Amino acid sequence: MWFYLARRLLLAVAIVMLAVTLLFVMIHAVPGDPAAVILGPRATPEQIAQIHEKMGLDDPLPLQIVNFFVDVTRGDMGTDVFTQRPVSQIVLGQMPYTITLILSAITWATLVGIPLGCYSAIRRNSLIDKFVGVISVSAIAIPSFVMAIYALLIFAVWLGWLPAIGAGGDGFWDTLSHLILPAFAVGVGWVGYIARIVRASMLEVLGETHIRMARAFGLPERRIVFRYALTLAILPTVTVLGVGMAHLLSAAVFAEVVFARPGLGALIVHAVDTRNYPIVMGTVLVTTALFVISTTVADLINAALDPRVREGL
Amino acid sequence: MTQASATQPIEAPAGAVLLEVRGLSLDFGSSRGRVRALRDVSVSVPRGRIVGVVGESGCGKSTLAFAIIRLLAENAMITAGEVRLEGRDLLTLTPRQMRDIRGRRVSMIFQDPMTSLNRVLSVGQHMIDIQYRDKISQADKRRRAAEALTRVGIADAESRLRDFPHQFSGGMRQRICIAMALLVEPALLLADEPTTALDATMEVQIVGLLKALQGELGCSILFVSHHLGTVAELCDDVVVMYAGEVVERGSVRDIFKRPGHPYTQALLECDPGRIHEKTRHLPTIPGSLPDLVEVPQGCIFKDRCPHAFERCQRERPPHYPVAEGHTASCHLLDETRGNHS
Ligand SMILES: Nc1ncnc2c1ncn2[C@@H]1O[C@H](COP(=O)(O)OP(=O)(O)OP(=O)(O)O)[C@@H](O)[C@H]1O
Ligand code: SF4
Ligand SMILES: [Mg+2]
Repeated sequence: MWFYLARRLLLAVAIVMLAVTLLFVMIHAVPGDPAAVILGPRATPEQIAQIHEKMGLDDPLPLQIVNFFVDVTRGDMGTDVFTQRPVSQIVLGQMPYTITLILSAITWATLVGIPLGCYSAIRRNSLIDKFVGVISVSAIAIPSFVMAIYALLIFAVWLGWLPAIGAGGDGFWDTLSHLILPAFAVGVGWVGYIARIVRASMLEVLGETHIRMARAFGLPERRIVFRYALTLAILPTVTVLGVGMAHLLSAAVFAEVVFARPGLGALIVHAVDTRNYPIVMGTVLVTTALFVISTTVADLINAALDPRVREGL
Repeated sequence: MTQASATQPIEAPAGAVLLEVRGLSLDFGSSRGRVRALRDVSVSVPRGRIVGVVGESGCGKSTLAFAIIRLLAENAMITAGEVRLEGRDLLTLTPRQMRDIRGRRVSMIFQDPMTSLNRVLSVGQHMIDIQYRDKISQADKRRRAAEALTRVGIADAESRLRDFPHQFSGGMRQRICIAMALLVEPALLLADEPTTALDATMEVQIVGLLKALQGELGCSILFVSHHLGTVAELCDDVVVMYAGEVVERGSVRDIFKRPGHPYTQALLECDPGRIHEKTRHLPTIPGSLPDLVEVPQGCIFKDRCPHAFERCQRERPPHYPVAEGHTASCHLLDETRGNHS
């Protein structure tokens, strides 16, 4: 267990370092002086030199990277070029919006997807099973940003049921009503995906000998489905969700842009647009860390559910 | 019929019939057409006796057991026959009534002890779950479970209840399954090759355990095996199956001493039936099983029978008596036919 966590931590650090290094290299390779872009056409050479000095742009690339990591370990992710506020403060301020969005999307997608998949497996080839099959395939096929745009058009613009932009914040209901459409758009593809996975693994589990054994002892069908089959059938879902975190993060970025919602997505898009590299770095660092954390959490949940996995950790 | 009468044991002397399978025919739907997996199968299990079912792989032994407890695959269709347990035809019961009988009057243990238990549930959870009908406290159920584990020879039962299936060896797991059967005290236990996946020493132990268990509970066991030695050791009666048909039945002593059917004779020639010698598979008899989609006319064994003659090609042999309570389906036994050479 401790060995596992240590290994995970090491992996996390490695992935984050790799991502940030790649980003440094990319920025370096992009033609044009970041300082000149930031300051605009009327910048004086002195101003440009000042920015270079501050951002360490004249240092050799490896040194810039090392300096960055040294600062990060001290909790310093640099300063925003425009506002002079610490990047860590800005990024961490935006993080809750994105995490809330992703968690709501996952929650509703699993709460709907697992029962749908379970029901489809038990009533295989029934009308509902076929209906769920068609719906889930189409939901998976539609990109989440398309879903976001349609959701926005239909429910916010035409029907006017829900607010179109922003994250609200004026009390619980206001926040919730602003969350519904983006969470719907991000999660809807997952509903179908989860339903498919649960259906397939449920069918597999229901064919296993221990289910026949439970039936041979006359256990009620309900208990067999929920206690003996579903507990096993949801294990692949947990893994897929952990790995799918990268996908979820990118879907959240699109949804934040479409709904003009604050969050890491909005932040990174704006920062890239304005060549605000310290912010880009900070955001990438945090999202990569989020990704590694979520796969670890998925592993831990799996271990909590499956004694064999638990022993392997 | 009320629930009580479905599950109450009917007082009857040992030796009276507990299970009577009569004329059972069963098909599996497949892309090639119907697989006629069981044809006119009749088996009778007296109270308090152990009946062995032997035959090579694919002859329908498991299918027979699953048909009795009605846990067949979805593509199975029972086309004829009845399965009477304590006088009631199980094939006419509703799924609900059938569930009431499973675990009370009839239960089953399986070939592969590695997959018979659920890996996310502890052994204790399994053993407490199957007592769900008993109106006793959780603690009492736990105590009974521990007793059952001790009874099948698992040391330190109280704490092992908390362990998960993967923490036990294959033989131990089979003991756990037997302990579960012990807990529900069925009148009939179906055992589908419970020792096939185990090594020879384990097999001897499990057989001993089943025997002791049977003596204690007075239940009947339908013991499926393809190891004649095990059957000789454990069973009172034997049913020999070939390609979905029962070709011979009788007491173990009679059949081992005077096998009436050429198939049984061939089996005994290759496997003298000693328990301590483990045979992984039934001895190989030249030839292979006939196609069960296009079942040929005449005797089902004719293609592999060294004694086949003209009558075997066109006429399916009925069961002829060999001795008291011992029959075999081979034309050679037809006394009205006169002598043959
Ligand atoms: N679900 C199924 N669909 C189609 N055919 C099946 C199905 N189950 C079993 N069969 C066929 O029915 C026949 C009997 O199978 P069964 O499993 O009862 O044999 P068995 O005697 O138990 O063999 P083994 O010793 O290998 O366990 C075989 O020919 C098998 O291929
Ligand atoms: S009936 Fe004929 S073919 Fe069949 S077992 Fe007897 S002798 Fe052999
Ligand atoms: Mg079998």
